[in-house]
Amino acid sequence: MFKEMHDLFQWAWLIPFLPFLSFLIIAFVTKRSKRLSSTISILAILSSLSLAVAIGLGVIQSGEKIVEHPAIVNVNWLNIVGLQIDFGTIVDPLSAMMLFVVTLVASMVQIYSLGYMHGDEGFSRYYAYQSLFASSMLGMVLATNLLQLFIFWELVGLCSYLLIGFWFFKVSAREAAKKAFITTRVGDFGLLLGMLFLYVKFGTLDFVALSVAMNTNIQDVAVIGTAGYVTVMAFLVFMGPVGKSGQFPLHVWLPDAMEGPTPVSALIHAATMVVAGVYLVARMFFLFDHADPMALQFIAGLGAFTAIFAASIAIAQDDIKRILAYSTLSQLGYMMFALGVGSLTASMFHLMTHAFFKALMFLGAGSVIYAMHHKQDIWEMGGLWKKMPITGTTFFIGVLAISGVPPFAGFWSKDEILAHALHNGHPIIYGVGLFTAFLTAFYMSRLFFVVFMGPEKKENHPHESPWSMTIPLMILAFFSVFGGFVALPEHNFASYIHYGTFHHEPIAWGLAGISVVAGLLGIGLAYATYIKKAISAEKVAAQYSGIYKLLKNKYYVDELYLWLIHHIMDGLAKILYWFDIYIVDGVVNGLALITRGSGRVLRRTNTGQLQTYAMVFFFAVVIIFMVFAFGEGQLSALNPLATLGGVK
Amino acid sequence: MIGNFSVGLSTYLLVGAMLFCIGLYGVFAKRNIIAVLMSIELMLNAVNINFIAFNRFIWNEKIGVNYLLTGHVAALFVIVVAAAEVAVGLALIITIYRNRQSTDVDDLNWLKW
Repeated sequence: MFKEMHDLFQWAWLIPFLPFLSFLIIAFVTKRSKRLSSTISILAILSSLSLAVAIGLGVIQSGEKIVEHPAIVNVNWLNIVGLQIDFGTIVDPLSAMMLFVVTLVASMVQIYSLGYMHGDEGFSRYYAYQSLFASSMLGMVLATNLLQLFIFWELVGLCSYLLIGFWFFKVSAREAAKKAFITTRVGDFGLLLGMLFLYVKFGTLDFVALSVAMNTNIQDVAVIGTAGYVTVMAFLVFMGPVGKSGQFPLHVWLPDAMEGPTPVSALIHAATMVVAGVYLVARMFFLFDHADPMALQFIAGLGAFTAIFAASIAIAQDDIKRILAYSTLSQLGYMMFALGVGSLTASMFHLMTHAFFKALMFLGAGSVIYAMHHKQDIWEMGGLWKKMPITGTTFFIGVLAISGVPPFAGFWSKDEILAHALHNGHPIIYGVGLFTAFLTAFYMSRLFFVVFMGPEKKENHPHESPWSMTIPLMILAFFSVFGGFVALPEHNFASYIHYGTFHHEPIAWGLAGISVVAGLLGIGLAYATYIKKAISAEKVAAQYSGIYKLLKNKYYVDELYLWLIHHIMDGLAKILYWFDIYIVDGVVNGLALITRGSGRVLRRTNTGQLQTYAMVFFFAVVIIFMVFAFGEGQLSALNPLATLGGVK
Repeated sequence: MIGNFSVGLSTYLLVGAMLFCIGLYGVFAKRNIIAVLMSIELMLNAVNINFIAFNRFIWNEKIGVNYLLTGHVAALFVIVVAAAEVAVGLALIITIYRNRQSTDVDDLNWLKW
């Protein structure tokens, strides 16, 4: 049985390969035909989806075995003395889950884009990028070693750049693309250093080999302060996820990334690429586990901070996509602190459910934006549910899911995270998480009530989106409703995806009740404020105008960075410029001046008179002869006459 | 005194040295470039005399035979090379004369700053 499954798992490489093939075909052959390009791309990703489903089912069938022994295929890619790099595929429950999520969301987004991107100039280019992204993301999920993961990690960053700047004729899109790329590079630099450190220390970047090395590696030497090198590695590696998964302080790129087409935001900046960081931490969890406990505490703290930080910003934003972007940041913080409190299961579970409902909401937002002719301010919308029943209903499901209302998907995963935070002894983080859940429910309901309920605005003429857009919404809504049930059965999600030994933990209904109450409170508050108008949002904003301004302006982080760049970095650049002009150039020019001056003096010895030269030449030979023949010390040892037995 | 005088190595070397010095003087002091060339020939021949003399008095005596011609061969090489050098040198001088209407060494000082 297991043997046959292994044969199936060997074909995992096809999953990233098919979209890549589609990218090549679109880029080099069918670029002129929009219809053909989109068809090829969608066919490729659907084939990948079916393969991913097959592999997922295979993993479930294999049961416990695959948890202990992942199906790994490695092909040697580079082999020089002291450096061996493999390329391969790893199939275990973790990657199988990711494969399914990525291919599903990517397929939905690509089908959805048929409607959303209809008539766009760069339609084929869009599908080429989408295919390349899907391929890179899937390749990253299947990576067997850190270098392979890093290559695909950078490739998804590239696709993100290309797709944020898809409408490159808009200045804001160009700027956002650059911002996203450069900001994530900051984190990637740390990741690269971490990889080098790991390689130098352990001589391998293979995940399995590394985890074995970690387990057998007993002595940990303090390198920085009291922190051992494993801890330093953990922190360096964690810098990558901080950038990629938008953790504070490198979160600034994600809200700006909303400049890209909305389906792109749904796929890359909500469901898949931004969770790459979480996935990396999960893959490398053994590293964080072997590091000093403060590494995981740091992750938990940073994640919790990001969660509440982004959620508080989201309540004061007006742009429909930006609210969702900050919500994504907040939920990424959730996943991070779930890892930080030591629950790989909860984090991955939330990653999966979040991918479903956040992609759903982004696509829903896209549908609204499409109907509103590219208006994005929520206050210009209103009463859209009647005009757009499918979008409205599916969006409502998304809101319920993210708010943690049972039995929707978000309830199960959020509850699992909060329960683990409390059980593993992090009451403060539990509190922050609970409050964030309340905020999340509030701003999401606010968004929903303002956009879909309330009075209609007569200047708008919205209409339901075409089938190509609503069907993906319905499919994602289905998963947002039922996706959480994988936590229920005896042989559940946690028995496949976990770290260390598996303990079956029944759902803590008491805790679940508390978080449901927090979520319902948030929804209720939003209802009271924006539907019943019992609480005046304007009055509250006016009363706490300081806080409101702070939230509205996203805590002035962007302004702070600009200030830092203008004053600190430019000041430093000025000093370095001075150093370059006067010190570095001074040395170089000074050397040249000395050479020129001595040349000016010495050239006088060149008379052009042959006989002078001959005389100098002759007497020089005579002097050298004298020294050799009669000189003392070292030179006489070279005496050629002595070796001939001559003058003594 | 005179009866005891024998023609030995030092006599040949003396002749060679004198010849060399005459040649050296010519190279240093002559104005005409053809004379300089001739002086160089003198110096080369001084060297030839030394070769032959050393071959005769040191090399052969040291190993006790009388038929090794190493020095002679070297001298012959010098003569051949000198002939070639004169051919090239004279050709150069003719060309210089055609261009400058002069064979005076003092006039040939353009190779300088």
